[in-house]
Amino acid sequence: MNTSITSDQLFRALKETLTMVGFSLFFASLIGIPIGILLVVTRPGGILANKWVYGILNPVINVVRSLPFIILLVAIIPFTRLIVHTSVGTSAAIVPLILYIAPYIGRLVENSLLEVNPGILEAAEAMGATPFQVIWYFLLPEAFGSLILTMTTATIGLIGATAMAGTVGGGGIGDLAISYGYQRFDTFVILVTVAILVAFVQGIQSVGNRLARKARRES
Amino acid sequence: MIELRDVYKTFERKGVSHEALRGVNLKAEKGDIFGVIGFSGAGKSTLIRLINHLEKPTRGHVFVDGEPLDRYGVKQLREARKRIGMIFQHFNLLETRTVFDNVAIPLVLLKKSKKEIRERVTELLEFTGLSDKARNYPKELSGGQKQRVGIARALASNPSILLCDEATSALDPQTTRSILDLLKRINEQYGITMLVVTHEMSVIQQICNKVAVMENGEIVEQGNVLDVFGDPRHPTTQNFVRTVIHNEVPGSVLQTLNAEPESRLFKLKFVGPSASEPIIDGLIRRHDLKVNILFANMTEIQKTTLGHMIIQLDGAAPVIDRAAEYLAGQGVQIEEVKSL
Repeated sequence: MNTSITSDQLFRALKETLTMVGFSLFFASLIGIPIGILLVVTRPGGILANKWVYGILNPVINVVRSLPFIILLVAIIPFTRLIVHTSVGTSAAIVPLILYIAPYIGRLVENSLLEVNPGILEAAEAMGATPFQVIWYFLLPEAFGSLILTMTTATIGLIGATAMAGTVGGGGIGDLAISYGYQRFDTFVILVTVAILVAFVQGIQSVGNRLARKARRES
Repeated sequence: MIELRDVYKTFERKGVSHEALRGVNLKAEKGDIFGVIGFSGAGKSTLIRLINHLEKPTRGHVFVDGEPLDRYGVKQLREARKRIGMIFQHFNLLETRTVFDNVAIPLVLLKKSKKEIRERVTELLEFTGLSDKARNYPKELSGGQKQRVGIARALASNPSILLCDEATSALDPQTTRSILDLLKRINEQYGITMLVVTHEMSVIQQICNKVAVMENGEIVEQGNVLDVFGDPRHPTTQNFVRTVIHNEVPGSVLQTLNAEPESRLFKLKFVGPSASEPIIDGLIRRHDLKVNILFANMTEIQKTTLGHMIIQLDGAAPVIDRAAEYLAGQGVQIEEVKSL
């Protein structure tokens, strides 16, 4: 089969995707996990119920989450430039990716934490645990399995979003598929990139499932 | 010591207010096992949660060991809660932690050293009969074993008070008995004051020395268990007492009851020593009448025997009167009834 890309190009694209996913997952988790915790503890009836924090945080997350990634990507270019001093390339793609995925992680973490049996939190309070102790010794450990699945889902969503990073010259597997496979009718590139993405997603999901099962003491 | 003074609790939900507790007064002395019984919705869950301030009273005062919890700030309250253990109907154990780690949690919160934690937890697991389960996860345990973990966890911080919220309601009768035995042993060995909330009168009967009966947010009757069981006044109390002490004549006996004009019916109640004396024998030997025992029952409460009996006496009217006097003279509480 004829193709116009070299294996060097493919490896570089792979590296770019992994860089984008890795960095944005790391920073988005640093933002998103505390957001999720904050949503759970400040909600009405939560251990630190605060209608101001919850009342502001909740709609802000909805607003950010309602923007399609491609829109967010171009809309925040000035902000991106402020942070990484450029508006093109892989690092320029990471900034909007973080902003896109962090509220998503926040919501998923919120859902995971809400699954924790309220009776356990009541027991924690009855023991005289401080709010920090409730979160650290009760809430997070009990939700750990579910949180692993949450991060798995977020990672897979992130891989999807990186395909659009080509718009700002971010590169990556998805960009390769669009600029070579789609725009130059290179079927081979399409097949290879699709195969790689499928393998990625499958791999991440099955590792996530296995870790979650272990954390939940199901194995 | 636990004391509630004129406590009210009102919940507001979507503009509708619901009075869960209305003027509750209660006092459990040190070493008491105080039972609170009522149907679901009577307010017992709210009551027990007021004692460690998981719920705050709308009005009134809560004292635990003389400390006025309702006047405490967040920090003081947390410290006070460490002196109040609590166990739950559904155990509320950490599923992702071993039995050992579950029991250790209150000590971790108290920032005890590893060595201290290991010693205390080992001791507690031995006391509750869980030594061989230390490395297991709650999922691998039976309901009774889970509640033992809950009890060990509640005792870890050496509390002076133990709150039991329907602690045996999810367990089968045999397991319930072993958990109640354990609670009784804790009470006797450590002198811990307990407040036990339940809807099962048998729980009250087996371990409590005091009882309060709740209905619609109010305590309708309270006192020593023996007094309340022996002489229940309120209809709800009578209903509860009837679940453990049967004092009804079986239907089949009623049907064969020969309604002779001469015969009269008496309800007898024996408390303590009179229950073990051969009183009926004396009744027959000393009086010229026929004695027909329609019903008899003995119950043990607080190591005291409580007997109920319904007898039919057949004979001349003056003889029956003398017989009744004889029984009263033997310390039996006697009451004539017209019909059953």
